[in-house]
Amino acid sequence: MDFMVFQYPMISVQACLDGILLGILFALIAYGMALQWGVMNIINIAQGDLVILGGYIAYFMYLYGIHPAWGVIVAPVIMYFVGIAIYKLVINKVVDRDLFISILATFGISILFMQLMNFAFGADVVLANSDYGTTMLFNNNVVLPNSKIFSAFISILFAICLVIYMKKSKLGRAIRATAQNARAAKILGVDTEKVYAATFGINAALCGVAGALISITFTIHPYMGLPYTIRSFMIVIVAGLGNLPGVAMSGMGLGVFEEFADYILGTEFRIGSVFLLLVLILIYRRFKLSKKREYLK
Amino acid sequence: MRLNKIILSFVSALVILFSTSVASFAKVVGDKIILGAAISLTGKYSSNGVHTQNGYNMAVDRINSMGGVKVGGKTYKFDIIYYDDESNPKRAAQLAERLISQDGVEFMLGPYSSGLTKAIAPVTEKYGVPMVEANGASRSLFTKGYKYLFAVLAPANLYLDVAIDLAVEKNNGKPVTVAMAFEQDAFSQDVRLGVLDAIKRTGSKKVIDDKLPKELNDMAATLVKVKQMKPDVLVVSGHTKGALTAIRQISEMKVDVPMLAMTHCDAAKLSKQHGKNSQYALCASQWHKTLTYKDNFFKDGMTYDADFTKEFGYAPPYQAAESSAALLVFKDAFERANSFDQKKVRDALAATNMQTFYGNIKFAEGGQNVDKPMVLFQVMCDDAGKCENKVVAPTKWASAKLIHPIPSWSKR
Repeated sequence: MDFMVFQYPMISVQACLDGILLGILFALIAYGMALQWGVMNIINIAQGDLVILGGYIAYFMYLYGIHPAWGVIVAPVIMYFVGIAIYKLVINKVVDRDLFISILATFGISILFMQLMNFAFGADVVLANSDYGTTMLFNNNVVLPNSKIFSAFISILFAICLVIYMKKSKLGRAIRATAQNARAAKILGVDTEKVYAATFGINAALCGVAGALISITFTIHPYMGLPYTIRSFMIVIVAGLGNLPGVAMSGMGLGVFEEFADYILGTEFRIGSVFLLLVLILIYRRFKLSKKREYLK
Repeated sequence: MRLNKIILSFVSALVILFSTSVASFAKVVGDKIILGAAISLTGKYSSNGVHTQNGYNMAVDRINSMGGVKVGGKTYKFDIIYYDDESNPKRAAQLAERLISQDGVEFMLGPYSSGLTKAIAPVTEKYGVPMVEANGASRSLFTKGYKYLFAVLAPANLYLDVAIDLAVEKNNGKPVTVAMAFEQDAFSQDVRLGVLDAIKRTGSKKVIDDKLPKELNDMAATLVKVKQMKPDVLVVSGHTKGALTAIRQISEMKVDVPMLAMTHCDAAKLSKQHGKNSQYALCASQWHKTLTYKDNFFKDGMTYDADFTKEFGYAPPYQAAESSAALLVFKDAFERANSFDQKKVRDALAATNMQTFYGNIKFAEGGQNVDKPMVLFQVMCDDAGKCENKVVAPTKWASAKLIHPIPSWSKR
């Protein structure tokens, strides 16, 4: 245990800001997960692998001399079609089955993607340099890489666009209708098959954006997907489905929690602490729900 | 009765088939000495696995084309059976078992990484198969009393202790403060033990001792602590991802530290991925092309570098060089043993005392090479942004003077 973070107030500020910026990025991935979970009742274990694939798109643009920031436009477009393809090949066969089947299917997709990426791009750790520089705050005591600020900004922008799209567009309304009651939507003329495909595509596109941002901010590697899946799973569990402000808040909360866990418990417990938190939250929710059940009795 | 006859003939046919197939793969067939190797051609170690394979193949071709191995007045050529261990220790152990008991291999080459070597060593030991390995540096490999394991490389605890000595020397012999960030794997933890020994020996003080997770891609928290504590040396070891992440975040967060020492810089292609941001980083390396060791097959480091680049299209990282050296050791041992008896070859290996382009090779009791020091190189860039790795320590091999302390980011 190390309580340095409390001895130096500036470290706390740094940890909070780092956590919030990171959390916004997590929230974007989690929002995609919440969307497809809500609409299709599918928990996508391959979420993190879609993120990493998006990262590779930005990385290859960078390799060919294009600024990786353009990846946030190119990656979602490509990933949208990847998402549609996965839906047509696998997901449409499991969409009405129980949750366990879909978890197994997406787990399989996750392994397949990991190996394919390893095969195609090699096992090297890669990154895309943005050369965005650094912002210094509080008399140089707090440093924020501009790439992190850029990531958070782009994530917010995409989230806002998506909310507007879901509210205003015809497809957005169809997606929301299907989420509420797929059967009723079908009776009223919504082509649910198309809605499912689009939802999966949109989720993959969001993963693409997040991946591009991660390759600009951190590093990517074919086997790095799972921690992102776990984080988004946990954010969705906390926030619930179809609750964007909730997803954003719990994303930032998780980011800050991770940073503090890193300082206090040590970097080695960073991911472990996320799992621990997940368990605690599940226990807490169960406890709360059982109370509710008592009222009903 | 007829059924019994059919079964009998079927079984004997199988036995004959099996025995011939084993014979066709046995250790020495005609003029071929067949070595076995399980290598990570897929999975997370695949890039270094390929370097290892390229190193082995290069040496096999070279030795074969320059007269092969002379045993008992006859000339033999090397051949290697490869299997892909998928970067998975369990699979590696299975494959070692298969190479030895099914394919009849009697001499083995090592896989890539300490973890996989650890998985294979008990198998080769059980069957008494001599294994020369070039990519497992973990100290724990050499403390188990293995009799058939020989490593041409220096053990992991010697990777970065030189850096601490160097920092103390630059501090006029006075103790220094050290910040450490090590991944939690066998190799990095051994590097850490070496650094701890050096800290104790020099009376220095560790101020940060972080352990990095396997799925590391963010070490901002460690670096914030480094900014706060201002240590004299920052030591990082976390394979290629540790090196890449450290340089990215140190440059973005403008962390000033007088000395930065790391492992796996050349495998990470640091200067290619990060350009000038990687400047001044000190890197531990098993080998560097400018070292002046010599042998009859590859001549010297510079020639090896040129030949390898010509053949494979990229400059050899030390993982390739040490793999090539492993075959030179085998050749030397076979010729001195003048036999293919495993016990005799094992004894000849234990008595190895030779120089290769990669360095001097002499094995200690535990099988580690004790005659080859590690080198430290520093990434140095010119004004045009072209970066090169130059050896700065030990002084005997230095091709450039260490730049110390590292200029602060505000002046770069």
